[in-house]
Amino acid sequence: MKHIKTLNKANLKESAAKGGCGECQASCQSACKTSCTVANQKCEKK
Amino acid sequence: MIHTYELNGYHILLDVNSGAVHLVDKLCFELLSFLTPPLSERCPDAALAALDGRYSKADIAACYGELYRLYTDGLLFSEDSYAQFADQMVSSPVKALCLHIAHDCNLRCSYCFASTGDFGAGRKLMPVETGKKAIDFLLKRSYGRRNLEVDFFGGEPLMNFDAVKEVVAYARSKEAEYGKNFRFTITTNGLLLNDDSIDFINREMSNVVLSIDGRQEVNDRVRARVDGSGSYDAIVPKYRRLVEARGDRDYYVRGTFTKYNLDFSKDVFHLNELGFDQISVEPVVAPETAPYALTEDDLPAIFAEYEKLSRELIAREKAGRGFNFFHFMLDLDQGPCAIKRLRGCGCGNEYVAVTPDGDIYPCHQFVGMEDWKMGSVLTDTLDLEKKDLFARTNIYSKPECQACWAKFYCSGGCSANSLQYAGSITKPHRLSCELEKKRLECAIMIKAALSE
Ligand code: SF4
Ligand code: SF4
Repeated sequence: MKHIKTLNKANLKESAAKGGCGECQASCQSACKTSCTVANQKCEKK
Repeated sequence: MIHTYELNGYHILLDVNSGAVHLVDKLCFELLSFLTPPLSERCPDAALAALDGRYSKADIAACYGELYRLYTDGLLFSEDSYAQFADQMVSSPVKALCLHIAHDCNLRCSYCFASTGDFGAGRKLMPVETGKKAIDFLLKRSYGRRNLEVDFFGGEPLMNFDAVKEVVAYARSKEAEYGKNFRFTITTNGLLLNDDSIDFINREMSNVVLSIDGRQEVNDRVRARVDGSGSYDAIVPKYRRLVEARGDRDYYVRGTFTKYNLDFSKDVFHLNELGFDQISVEPVVAPETAPYALTEDDLPAIFAEYEKLSRELIAREKAGRGFNFFHFMLDLDQGPCAIKRLRGCGCGNEYVAVTPDGDIYPCHQFVGMEDWKMGSVLTDTLDLEKKDLFARTNIYSKPECQACWAKFYCSGGCSANSLQYAGSITKPHRLSCELEKKRLECAIMIKAALSE
């Protein structure tokens, strides 16, 4: 494509179908603590 | 739902529900403002008319063709199919504990949310037996979950370090029997670090958070000792020693910025100059009346600072001198599943805090709010009604979040801040939202810049 470059695989919907195992790290977002943005976390399954 | 923005010369299009991120040209960016779903195969006349003259008809048509293709591929204006999962959000096993091993502190940071360490309830250390009971509680209440987290928190956890060691040993002794894998973390202000604690932390803790605010004058102004003197000179050499001995295991230095240092990018780079490459510097959360509190009036300055920081990070990364700034870390491909993104922090459901007295609260920020007490590890009690309330708290139970483009990155923010500053756990704190969205815009822009 000439006008658009897509930067990622966009697999959010797939991830919903097979997700939710709960083995990943808890993710307090508060500034006083670990402050993860959920989006910067890793999935344990991959 | 889409979100479009221009930053640092990049035009970015985010398709919220698919998670697709597109870098588009100026024509495409302008064209998008005329489009609302459902799209038809032909470019709307209004768009053609408005863009005519500045772009050729052929270009406009070609550009529309590309957008239309994204649309049919489910990468533009994609449907929201997540509400069904939100309805299924039920109480989960408890998998993470914040263990308040010491409600006491040897610093008197002016912005401390924990009333200088004691959470307003008197200075206290957690007895080892209570710590073990908390581990028993977690072993039992985590049911089938294998990976369990225990964060040693305070106050200052090193003030009760013997208890930390005993609780870690106790938990490790149960791993095989229960089929669990403990991950320990600790947050410290550094003053009491010595060779022994550094060694223990580097052996046992999967992550360690080292508090420091940046430049000496910035740090010492707020992170002062009981006698008013600063902490910078004492902690910097200790942090360096710890990090050097740690190898490639996780750590980060974390600071807080306040109204006193709106030029906080200087603190970020200062921490990097000290030799740290895992850095987090975050906005203070405080009542508006505090002199150091950030307010909406500060937003333009903070936004400009985030932009400056992102430009400099791009330049350093391209020059091979990059480092991790936590709030700009983002994995566009392999991030957590959508279910996790709906749920957010898991406070009061997957994650709870335990005080030195063994009381359970939804998380460390709720500690001391009597109404929110959820039980006790000493009597193995847990208020399941409250737990359910938190389990149901997700981005679809918060109207503001449901309509927000950032929802799958932010996950609905901090329930505790929402309660304290907006009056309800389901009402986002606007200032925090504005900062979160700005950081996300910067983080995505950095990805775009580094993809070139
Ligand atoms: S930025 Fe605010 S409104 Fe948007 S998802 Fe986060 S908490 Fe909700
Ligand atoms: S409510 Fe806020 S402070 Fe508590 S765990 Fe969640 S993000 Fe962290």
